[in-house]
Amino acid sequence: MPIQEKCRVLVHQPIGPRFYQLTLLSRDIATQAQPGQFVEVKCADGYVPLLRRPISLHRIDPQNETFTLLYEVVGQGTELLAKAAVGAELDILGPLGTGFKIDPAKKTHLLVGGGMGVAPLMALAEEVKIQKSKACLPDRQVKSLDLFILIGARNKECVQCEGELKAVADQVIVSTDDGSYGQKGFVSDQLLDIINNRLSVVSCQSSVIYACGPRPMLKAVAQIAAQKQIDCQLSLEERMACGIGACKGCAVLTTSGYKMVCKDGPVFNASDLVFS
Amino acid sequence: MVASGTFGWGKEYSEYMDLNKLGAIVTKSITLKPREGNPPPRIVETPSGMLNSIGLQNEGLEHFLKEDLPFLAKFDTPTIVNIAGETVEEYAELAKRLSKETMVKAIEVNISCPNVKQGGMAFGVDPGLTKQVISAVRNATKQPIIAKLTPNVTDITVIGRAAVEAGADALSAINTIVGMALDLETGKSRLGRETGGLSGPAIRPIAVRMVYELARAVKVPVIGIGGIMTGNDAVEFLLAGARAVQVGTANFVDTAAPLRILAELHDYVHRHPRTLNLS
Ligand SMILES: Cc1cc2nc3c(=O)[nH]c(=O)nc-3n(C[C@H](O)[C@H](O)[C@H](O)COP(=O)(O)OP(=O)(O)OC[C@H]3O[C@@H](n4cnc5c(N)ncnc54)[C@H](O)[C@@H]3O)c2cc1C
Ligand SMILES: Cc1cc2nc3c(=O)[nH]c(=O)nc-3n(C[C@H](O)[C@H](O)[C@H](O)COP(=O)(O)O)c2cc1C
Ligand code: FES
Repeated sequence: MPIQEKCRVLVHQPIGPRFYQLTLLSRDIATQAQPGQFVEVKCADGYVPLLRRPISLHRIDPQNETFTLLYEVVGQGTELLAKAAVGAELDILGPLGTGFKIDPAKKTHLLVGGGMGVAPLMALAEEVKIQKSKACLPDRQVKSLDLFILIGARNKECVQCEGELKAVADQVIVSTDDGSYGQKGFVSDQLLDIINNRLSVVSCQSSVIYACGPRPMLKAVAQIAAQKQIDCQLSLEERMACGIGACKGCAVLTTSGYKMVCKDGPVFNASDLVFS
Repeated sequence: MVASGTFGWGKEYSEYMDLNKLGAIVTKSITLKPREGNPPPRIVETPSGMLNSIGLQNEGLEHFLKEDLPFLAKFDTPTIVNIAGETVEEYAELAKRLSKETMVKAIEVNISCPNVKQGGMAFGVDPGLTKQVISAVRNATKQPIIAKLTPNVTDITVIGRAAVEAGADALSAINTIVGMALDLETGKSRLGRETGGLSGPAIRPIAVRMVYELARAVKVPVIGIGGIMTGNDAVEFLLAGARAVQVGTANFVDTAAPLRILAELHDYVHRHPRTLNLS
């Protein structure tokens, strides 16, 4: 069950101009959390900002009873959050929402992150690796895993987690919008490239795409997945108030009407979503 | 009590608190037929407050009676069902159907929702229509009726009196204040709809003033709502003349808000046994 708890800040460091990594202590959250879930953070005491801010679980470490967030300072809330000192306590609600569903039977796992969408992919990649290795133990002839991670960023400065992701993935492909690092272009183009060049029609059926990032990118990924008939899960963002399904504030249109990003999602099957 | 639309159907918060400890649970507004709600974004934060344009998304009366009311029935806390309609007849029909449910301890009539095209606030800004709706509900049920008023009027006491004359047993005030927030890049609303309803600490002084006016204009109890975040905020409403309060937006900020506020209120009463003059 999710809880609201004061969690101690263990690590809080800038990892780029506006990016921060924040590790917090909580047995309840760390032992329950699943990749793709998020927490609602009270960025500062008082009424400015009033509402909590949703941030994905970037890493989940049940052994050490910690979890880590990766966030970008984009406004008042995240700006104040960045001031939280090591040793201080932050008011956290979580873990919330429905995360990624990992099917270890799938051979190829394609993780696609655009911008801060890379944040939840770290926890996901680690879990995919664990599950795949478990699934492969009795029968070693299945070559352990095909874990491709594609990350897209505006420019070189904004590329996050490349090294950490490389440690778990078979291959990490980076692209930047301006070409200042890695491939030039959109991460969705890289995805199409990989599918066309590395996957046969048969292997598409045993593949799965997980993506998180800005809405236009998710739309492009969903289109590719539909066209290539690859299972696809997308993690969405929407403005939130309660974070627990009570206020009906975080609606997203699906083929069966409005669903709540905070409760039914943030991860949805791409085929269930209606993109405008 | 917890305010309509900010506490779901109780279930959502039952993981975080003992619902038995609440004074009452006011449900989200229920309509006769299911409602999809408004296009996103439905929420935007503003200084010390938030705008919402949910649009009364709910699964309709049948679903509520089958799925949600039985859950609330498990608790000792009284359930107050909040109803909303597009026509006077819809309000009457809702009240009639709910009058058969012994579990429902009172009906709060939402004549103040600013986020729907038809009905909602249109009733609550007009004393004649207010009377029509409340009379129709009065004729349909013996349960206590609370008329929930909108602040989007020149003189709330006119509407309050109309509701009482038509048979309301209590008034609750205030619902949200119509507001707007624009995106500086596009020049368009930051909500999926042009306007939304403002709630949270930002509206508290307005709510306190309106409760103060109502409490002096009518003899029935007034329930204070609007930006209550702490026990002291609740005290302010009680001092203004409210006989009870509802906690809304605070639920989103702190899942323990209603119980914390209750504890703080107890504490205040201990420290100031005479200030509140509670009978
Ligand atoms: C499920 C979920 C997971 C998220 N995970 C992460 C994460 O891991 N790392 C990260 O950096 N950010 C994440 N976000 C986005 C994060 O919530 C927003 O960046 C944050 O709320 C902005 O708050 P602020 O007060 O700093 O900015 P504000 O002043 O509120 O807004 C600044 C900008 O951020 C945008 N924004 C505000 N709220 C949201 C929101 N809820 N979702 C998307 N954009 C928003 C606004 O449109 C505006 O352009 C996630 C959002 C959701 C819904
Ligand atoms: C997200 C949201 C949804 C709401 N939904 C309803 C509703 O369905 N019916 C209703 O009568 N009031 C609704 N309200 C109004 C609240 O019950 C309350 O009157 C108002 O928010 C002021 O109180 P607060 O400042 O404590 O939130 C809603 C408010 C919010 C913020
Ligand atoms: S944020 Fe309240 S329902 Fe999702």
